[in-house]
Amino acid sequence: MEQFYGYFLYLISLATMGGIYAILTLGLNIQWGFTGLFNVGIAGFFAIGAYVSAILTTAPSIRHLGGYQMPYAVSFIAAMLVSACIAWAVGKVCLRLRTDYLAIATIGIAEIFRLILKNETWATNGPRGVSMIPKPFETLPEPWNQLCFLALVILTVFVIYLALEVAHKSPWGRVMTAIRENEIAAKAAGKNVERFRMQGFIFGCMLMALAGAYTAHYLKFIDPNATEPLTTTFLVWVMLIVGGSANNRGAVLGAFAMWTVWSASEILASRLPDELAIRTAYIRIFLIGFVLQIFLQKYPKGFLSETRPHPRAARTPGYSEPE
Amino acid sequence: MIEFANFYLIPGILLGSIYALGAIGITLTFGILRFANFAHGESMTLGAYISFTLVQMTGLHPLMVMPISMVLTIVVLLFIDRYFYRPFRKSHAIMLVMASFGMMLMIRSVIQFFWGVQVKTILPGIQMPIVFFDTLRLSPKHIMIIISAIVLMLAVHFLLSRTKIGKAMRAMADSPELARLTGIDTEHVIRTTWVVGGALGVASGVFLAIDTHVETMMGFNLLLPMFASAILGGIGRPYGAMAGGLIIGLTEELSSYPWIGTEPLLNPGYKAGIAFIIMVGMLIWRPTGLFKGKV
Repeated sequence: MEQFYGYFLYLISLATMGGIYAILTLGLNIQWGFTGLFNVGIAGFFAIGAYVSAILTTAPSIRHLGGYQMPYAVSFIAAMLVSACIAWAVGKVCLRLRTDYLAIATIGIAEIFRLILKNETWATNGPRGVSMIPKPFETLPEPWNQLCFLALVILTVFVIYLALEVAHKSPWGRVMTAIRENEIAAKAAGKNVERFRMQGFIFGCMLMALAGAYTAHYLKFIDPNATEPLTTTFLVWVMLIVGGSANNRGAVLGAFAMWTVWSASEILASRLPDELAIRTAYIRIFLIGFVLQIFLQKYPKGFLSETRPHPRAARTPGYSEPE
Repeated sequence: MIEFANFYLIPGILLGSIYALGAIGITLTFGILRFANFAHGESMTLGAYISFTLVQMTGLHPLMVMPISMVLTIVVLLFIDRYFYRPFRKSHAIMLVMASFGMMLMIRSVIQFFWGVQVKTILPGIQMPIVFFDTLRLSPKHIMIIISAIVLMLAVHFLLSRTKIGKAMRAMADSPELARLTGIDTEHVIRTTWVVGGALGVASGVFLAIDTHVETMMGFNLLLPMFASAILGGIGRPYGAMAGGLIIGLTEELSSYPWIGTEPLLNPGYKAGIAFIIMVGMLIWRPTGLFKGKV
């Protein structure tokens, strides 16, 4: 019985982290899947969200900025707004250039955040990180606190999923697809390409910050290396490509599937002798990289391929919905 | 004043030449293969680790074994190009960026698997600096690095300006379609690009290893300054990359000199951010770079 309870708790934590990754993957899906923007600074926006929300909610501490003790709703929104402002600035510089530049700039901004988080010890406690972050529902008895947090995450994923489904089918989503497929044609049709791209980039970054905020509260601790930055970014990319970019269901599926594989392989590796266990960590990254390469070359559409939004038949008389 | 030269100017030139050598490879792949190669830093790390093992095996000086590690690294790069980049030649450049991003982590995990993550020294022992004019102190290894870097840059200049393949490379960087129309064998040019970029990358990795040490993140830490150098010099402009590398290396080191008062002008912890600031500035004001590259 004891053992089953342990498995049960493990499943809850697996699903919670899987849900948080699903938020990240949905955020990336807006940027890459819908709009075709290449963001490799996911971990940076994730960290912004985590730190903003952590600092706004923690009790006063001499080690870092804090003591505001805001409600969670305020801190989550603040995390998203700060991330949106930074995304706007990055987008302003890079979105008018080739996509490669956005990739370089986002990886750069993620590194800059790491420098700031490490050096500005008065605000972030430097490399030692922010601890004692409150967690929603933590006063409830075990396992209800874990279950309630899981419910919060799953509900968020569901709401974001529904919103993105509506957005993808709306005129806005169709313009996004048009820009991704043929920028010049979209421009010729009178669409302000730069503004739409900016919206996609900002929305995506806001979701990434929300996922960061959730993680900070879930783990109750955050430091500049809380999640190995490149691995996080990379994992989210693999989740989206494997699940199917431009397909919201694919993004969620990819997140849960890849997170299960990633987390289960970690447990399997930890059973090995110490020396080997450390080395298998590198094999895991190598294999995940290999999976990405195979999908890019052989199955670029992923598990679930894109479903193209069609305009409603009712809006254009004499036009029948193509099947 | 002499302190300025010893602790800021010379390290700046040193770092600048290391960046410059690496940035040439970045700018060539960006110009000729048309994608930002995120795995370039990792080929430098690989070269440094192969040199480390060769030094351990033979007991020779790192510079003596460098040609062998260049050849081995280039073989790896050509293999990667054949099986992981070539399938995307006709597709959108962003697929190549993604493939190279995955490759970056794959190469690094292979290095971490075989060599572990402990920091290693390639050139053991402390070298006494040679003192010039009573005050100017130069360590022999620094003199060696700067001279080797100059020789390599002159070799690149000779290759690009005097040889047929060099001219073909410049032609392809200017306009791939026109180059193909004039009968240039584009696959041959691409292979040469990997050879040149790889060799210079290994050199830059080994120089950094001699100056500091060998570690698995060394290449990634150079990636951003190298991109910044390539953008500062203008994409596809090898001479621009050399100049850009020197400028960025110098700026990074000079930024912590106490220009005003006695405190460093910039907290040395933010040194690594300089390259990014310069890059963003260039992207805003002059995306073509100093030497009129591509956007």
